[in-house]
Amino acid sequence: MTDVVLSTERLFKSFGALKATNDVSLDLRKGEIHALIGPNGAGKSTLIQQITGHLASDSGTVRLMDEDLTGVGSAERARRGLGRTFQISSLAMEHTVLQNAVLGALGQRGNVMSFFKPVMKDAQLVSAAKAALAQVGLAEFAATRTADLSHGQRRQLEVAVALTLKPKAFLMDEPMAGLGLEGAQQMIGLLTELRKEAPILLIEHDMDAVFALADRISVLVYGEVIATGTPEEIKVNPEIRRAYLGDEVPA
Amino acid sequence: MTRETWINVAALAVLLGVPLWALMADEPFIITLATRAAIFALAGVGLNLALGTGGLVSLGHAAFFGIGGYAMGILASHAQSYAPIMEAPFLIEGTKSMPVIWLVAMVTSALAALAIGALSLRTSGVYFIMITLAFGQMIYYFAISWPAYGGEDGLSIYVRNEFPGLNTLVPMQFFGLCFAILCLALLLMNAIHKSAFGLALSAARQNETRVLSVGLKPYHLRLVAFVISGAVTGLAGALFADLNRFVSPTMLSWQMSGEIIIFIIIGGVGRLFGPVIGAMIFILLEHTLGGLSEFWHVYLGALLLGIVLFAKGGVIGALAGREKAHD
Repeated sequence: MTDVVLSTERLFKSFGALKATNDVSLDLRKGEIHALIGPNGAGKSTLIQQITGHLASDSGTVRLMDEDLTGVGSAERARRGLGRTFQISSLAMEHTVLQNAVLGALGQRGNVMSFFKPVMKDAQLVSAAKAALAQVGLAEFAATRTADLSHGQRRQLEVAVALTLKPKAFLMDEPMAGLGLEGAQQMIGLLTELRKEAPILLIEHDMDAVFALADRISVLVYGEVIATGTPEEIKVNPEIRRAYLGDEVPA
Repeated sequence: MTRETWINVAALAVLLGVPLWALMADEPFIITLATRAAIFALAGVGLNLALGTGGLVSLGHAAFFGIGGYAMGILASHAQSYAPIMEAPFLIEGTKSMPVIWLVAMVTSALAALAIGALSLRTSGVYFIMITLAFGQMIYYFAISWPAYGGEDGLSIYVRNEFPGLNTLVPMQFFGLCFAILCLALLLMNAIHKSAFGLALSAARQNETRVLSVGLKPYHLRLVAFVISGAVTGLAGALFADLNRFVSPTMLSWQMSGEIIIFIIIGGVGRLFGPVIGAMIFILLEHTLGGLSEFWHVYLGALLLGIVLFAKGGVIGALAGREKAHD
C-alpha cells in the first residue's frame, strides 16, 4: 500500500436526515486517475469539500501521504499538497493570467508577508508560474486579463494554478464542465500528461472523458460508494447500469 | 508613462503649487486649506488599502483618525501642563515632539485596528460595515464621557508641536511636513500594491476561495492590511489635530468615517491617488460652495451620486480608464 497518496477512511457527513456522505473509503494511488461518478446529488462535491477541508466531516479520516488531515484547515491542506480545481472557475478575474499563476506559486512558497519587493519581478515565482502556464498551453496569454479569457482558457488556468502548488494529489471538480468538444479533447490530453506529476481524483459528468481517462472508477450513489473498479468492470456491472448509467447503455 | 501616472503627477503638482502660489500672494489661509487637503488625503490613503485593495468597507476609520488626534492631544496637553501622564510603575511624561507623537499615534491606532479588525474580520459585507461602525461609535461615546481630556468640549493645545529643524508655526513649513509624509505614504502604498502581500490581498478581495485553495489565509491578509491602514489614518489624525491645535470627539464621529470614504469614492476606489484627488476636490467644494451656503453638502451629495451612477472608477477612472494590471 506504499503507493497510496490520498485516502479517505470511513468518511461520514450528514445534513439533518440526509446522509450526504455515508461510510466512504477511497484511495488514490500514484500515477493514476481515479474518477468519481454518480448521479446529481450523489454527494460528489460534498466529498471533495470534505477532502479539501472546506467542510468538516462528522467522522472518518482523510490521509495524505500517511498524514492524518483531521482538524487541518483548508488553506493548510492546500499547502500540504492538495491541488484543487473548481466546478465553477474560481480565479482573481481582475488580475492577469500570469498574476493568478504567481499567486499559486506564492501559496506554494508559503510566505506572503513581503511588502516591499515587487512580486512580479521575483524571478523564482515568475518562472514557476510561467512553466505552469506553458504546461497547460496558456503561455501566450500571460499578460491577458483573466476576465478576458474564454471559458475553456479559464479552466486551463485553474489547472495551471493548481500545478504551481506542486501538489501531491489533484482534486478536480468537473474540469470539462461547459467545454466544447475540442476543449474537452484538449483537457483530456492535458490530464493524461498531468497524472505523471501527481495522481488525480476526478469528478466528471462527461462519461466519454471518464472512460477515456480513468484508471479506476468509483460510483457514488446517495453518498455511498456502490462499486470501485476498472472502466471495464464498471461498464459491465449490472447494478451500476441500473443505478446510474441507464439500462439502455450498450456494454 | 501611463495616463494615470500623468494624472497622479498633475495632482501632486497642484497640491504643491497652490500653497506655493499662496505663499507668494500672501494668502496663509489657502496654505492651511492645502494642508487640510494633504492630511485628509493621508487619512484616505490609509483607508484605501483596506477599502480599495482589500475590499473592506470600514465605516469606523474615524476611530483611528480620532485616536491619532487624541494621542497628540493627550501627549501635548501633559507637556504644556508639566503633569506626567503616569508616575507608577514607571514615569511617562507628555511631549511636544512631533516624531514621538506620530510614533505613539501610529502604534496606538495600529493596536486599536488589531483589536477591532480581529473581531470585525470574522464577518463580511454589510455585517462588517455595521460592526466597524459600532466600534467607532463605542470609542466616540467613550471620548465624550471621559472628562479627563475635555469630554465633549475637546482638548486645546496652545502652541503647535515641534519638529527638529523646522518652525511648524509657519504655515508653509507645516504644509511641507504634511506633504512629505503624504508622499512617503504614497510610496509605501505603491510598494505594497506591487508586493506579494498586495497581490494576495487583492486576490482575496476578488475571490476568497481562490486564495484559500492556494494555501493562503484571507483573514490574516486582511487583518495585516487593516492594521497598516489604521496606523496610516491614525498618523493623519495626529497631523489634523496639530493643524487645528485642537482635538474633540468630532474627529471620532461616524460622519468623519463617511468623509474619508467619500474622498476615496470621488477620486477612485483602489487607485493609488484616488484619495488625494478626492480630498482635494472635497476641500475645494467645502471652501467654494461652503462660502455660498452652509448646506453645501447637497452639492457634494449630487457629485457623489453622479460618480456612483456614471463614473464608478471615480475621477481617475473617468480620466484614465480601467486600471492597468501591472506587470
